[in-house]
Amino acid sequence: MNAPLLQVRGLRKSYGERVVLADVDLSVYAGDVVCLIGSSGSGKSTLLRCLNLLEPIDDGTIHLDGREISDPLIDPREVRRQVGVVFQAYNLFPHLSVLDNCTLAPRRVHGLSRADAESAARELLMRFGLGDHVDHHPDRLSGGQQQRAALVRALCLRPSVLLLDEITAALDPELVGEVLALVRELAADDVTMVLATHEMAFARDVATTVCFLHEGRILESGPPSQLFGAPREERTRAFLSRVL
Amino acid sequence: MVFFGIAIAALVSSPGFAAVRESFFDLDFAGDSVGGIASHFWVNVKLFLICEVLILVVGLTVALTRASRAPVLAPLRILAVVYVDVLRGIPTVLLVLLLGFGVPALQLQGLTSDRTVWAGVALVLSYGAYVAEVFRAGIDSVHPSQIASAQALGLSQGETMRFVVVPQAVRRVIPPLLNDFISLQKDTALVSVLGIFDAVFYAQDYANYHFNYTPYVVVAAFFIALTIPTARFTDWLQARMRAREQAAAR
Ligand SMILES: Nc1ncnc2c1ncn2[C@@H]1O[C@H](COP(=O)(O)OP(=O)(O)O)[C@@H](O)[C@H]1O
Ligand SMILES: [Mg+2]
Repeated sequence: MNAPLLQVRGLRKSYGERVVLADVDLSVYAGDVVCLIGSSGSGKSTLLRCLNLLEPIDDGTIHLDGREISDPLIDPREVRRQVGVVFQAYNLFPHLSVLDNCTLAPRRVHGLSRADAESAARELLMRFGLGDHVDHHPDRLSGGQQQRAALVRALCLRPSVLLLDEITAALDPELVGEVLALVRELAADDVTMVLATHEMAFARDVATTVCFLHEGRILESGPPSQLFGAPREERTRAFLSRVL
Repeated sequence: MVFFGIAIAALVSSPGFAAVRESFFDLDFAGDSVGGIASHFWVNVKLFLICEVLILVVGLTVALTRASRAPVLAPLRILAVVYVDVLRGIPTVLLVLLLGFGVPALQLQGLTSDRTVWAGVALVLSYGAYVAEVFRAGIDSVHPSQIASAQALGLSQGETMRFVVVPQAVRRVIPPLLNDFISLQKDTALVSVLGIFDAVFYAQDYANYHFNYTPYVVVAAFFIALTIPTARFTDWLQARMRAREQAAAR
């Protein structure tokens, strides 16, 4: 097998006295969809933020494409070009149109011309059903549309890994489906993703690997059939019986 | 309206009204002075227009310096804090007097001794400190999640400020800024303390010569005519922003 695209070894992270992540090992191969599950406060968001270097880590290493990105000499901006993130609360820029939201980083960070950035963004927006909203400001869109626009914004940077942090958690139930459908489509296109989610049915369907986090540790991980079908750990069973 | 009615009734029925009417509301003197006042009012308008632009530049620069995080800018940050603290503390009229009389008296080579210029500088420094605080409040009001998502997209701190934070901050502070500008329009009258022939000093000169205060009332009318459009524009903008926020919150 090839080397993993993203590899985490012995990651440790604490806020002051409080250890939030400990001994985290994780290997993500190209085309993988890794789902992080676990109760609220187990460290899913923090792990994703560390992968994107939005949080400094205390110990351990993170390799992206064979290069150690946890090295303090690495420019985090270079890493963030390759690692896209979408947050729970979409965080679109309210003063920019949907199109300008999607082209800001490609133009400023990747140095694309306006025409190139716009044609690429338009294509993705059309593909994900936002063609009618290209020139609208985010406040004109529904929550589901905003979250899809945020996904397109991240995709416009052509990241090699996409991190999604509970992207459906802030949505009304009837809007969850349209966003998950988009993620399924990306998974079918072999986009590599690490996502924190509470949607167990979705994780079972789409994930190649599911990791159960408990108090900052990956207690158990494996293919969804194993983790959902025959969980090894007592705590995993307890968590699953609560959410399924 | 009722309040105005009572105020006018009190004015008209006051024992000294006859005398006041003669010295403040004399139509002949009003007609005679209005042309001169109008031409000197141009000094006030010009001062306002030029200072306004410079104040925006100073205010935004100071606010951005204070909001910056780079360690190398630490001395500039301290300077910005001192500037705001000191300049906000000095009454504007004192600053006009100090710069308007003080700097030309230094007779420094290469510095103009035009008191109007130094009066303008005083207004810019004084209002720049206020406007810097308005901009800073706007910058602080942009939610941290906006900055996080700009950084997650790979934007540098400078790019995040320029493309994400400042545009949102500026939109939010336009109404308070316009308020400060209404106040600036009036404060251009302070240059008269330097004996600069603006509309106020002209009116003062005329009043002293003719022993009649009617020109003061005429100048007041000019200032009202200048500030009311700005005030209505501010109201309109605020109403529009409120409507937009409500639409967004729906
Ligand atoms: N900025 C922070 N400062 C201090 N503690 C934090 C911070 N962010 C998260 N935590 C703590 O870290 C733990 C893990 O949080 P988080 O990663 O958000 O969990 P999850 O996403 O699984 O709900 C929680 O106990 C939370 O209180
Ligand atoms: Mg979370």
